[in-house]
Amino acid sequence: MSKLVATAAQTIGPYWALIEHPEWADLLRAGGPNAGYDKGERITLTGRVTDGDGATCPDAVVELWQAGPDGEYEAGFHGYGRSRCDADGCFHFTTVKPGAVKGRGNATQAPHVTLSVFARGLMNHVSTRLYFSGEALNETDPVLGQVPEARRGTLIARPAGAGVWQLDIVLQGEGETVFLEV
Amino acid sequence: MSDPAGYLKVAPGSQPPLDSPGYGSTHKRHPKQAPIRIAPTLTESLAPRMTERDYPSFADMSVHEGRQAQGERIIVGGRVLDENGKPVPHCMVEIWQACSTGRYHHPLDTHDAPMDPNFKGEGRVFTDADGNYSFVSIKPGAYPWRNHRNAWRPNHIHYSLFGHGFAQRLVTQMYFPGDPLLALDPVFNATPDVAARNRLVAALDMDIGKEEWALGYRFDFVLRGRDATPMENPQ
Ligand SMILES: [Fe+2]
Repeated sequence: MSKLVATAAQTIGPYWALIEHPEWADLLRAGGPNAGYDKGERITLTGRVTDGDGATCPDAVVELWQAGPDGEYEAGFHGYGRSRCDADGCFHFTTVKPGAVKGRGNATQAPHVTLSVFARGLMNHVSTRLYFSGEALNETDPVLGQVPEARRGTLIARPAGAGVWQLDIVLQGEGETVFLEV
Repeated sequence: MSDPAGYLKVAPGSQPPLDSPGYGSTHKRHPKQAPIRIAPTLTESLAPRMTERDYPSFADMSVHEGRQAQGERIIVGGRVLDENGKPVPHCMVEIWQACSTGRYHHPLDTHDAPMDPNFKGEGRVFTDADGNYSFVSIKPGAYPWRNHRNAWRPNHIHYSLFGHGFAQRLVTQMYFPGDPLLALDPVFNATPDVAARNRLVAALDMDIGKEEWALGYRFDFVLRGRDATPMENPQ
């Protein structure tokens, strides 16, 4: 039985840019927590955030949380990034491709990163996962397995150039992204 | 290694629904489909480790480059706990707010009120080993926001907290006691449970304030807690 109740979330609003540090979108930035990190495959993650009218959300901010190439969290690689959406509603992260992560029981999770979207008009953030198309482990990933097949594609990034992966996030309506909660 | 414990279910009415009709911007931005509930894996149970080395703290927002901001100086302090009442130590708290006239130090804010050049409006602090935090700032002003006829946001401070599990991530706003605009604010009133909503209002606290220097306000944060009972299959 809990003693307390979690604080109510409130929207991040339009002025969260006061705490914006654009360099946080580059997890490998010089002088940053992963400066000099040379393991794994360097990648760019990008995507467009759109609303129920298909309009872009240039005021939105996307946060990333991921394991390192060895599939471990915060063990030699600091897996946090934050990217504002640009005028086209697109986020951009520079990072390394995560490895497969241990799942519940004896399961193995396919390589994935968590993306959370915060924006004016979102009373609380919404979170999803980005998987990489073509990964054999996607077929047996327990979380992907929970997502109805028809909507699974909303979690799977496509290659969009050398080392570039793209996953658009649709907040509402046709092609709506599958969001996850615990 | 055993599986990560689940999180306590969200108490009914304690969180604002994503579809909050009084707040116009939610209309086209709230997902229509329910989220899929998953059992927490390492991904949801761990969290980025923020340290002051990589994310330096700046706890006095009332001074910018040695110059004092205008307005009513305040000290805000309190604790960060989880739902089981356990303190959350070394938790990064990001803070941002408008200046005393209700203007954000940002080009997007075109509200016709004088911008205080000595108030940038960003702060960052970490809780200590017992979950305590505090910072110095200026009481923010109310500002208009076009949501409905003559809409004004009550005085508020924005916060972003990183707990010890990604599922504990919290972005919220703190309000001030006795503000008549609270009754009219669709963001504040979106949380259905009255007690949960009122917990977003700080308490005047003369022990936190400093004599002849600043008024004090107490505000505690509660992050989601783990369920001690074994996780049922969420499917
Ligand atoms: Fe605000």
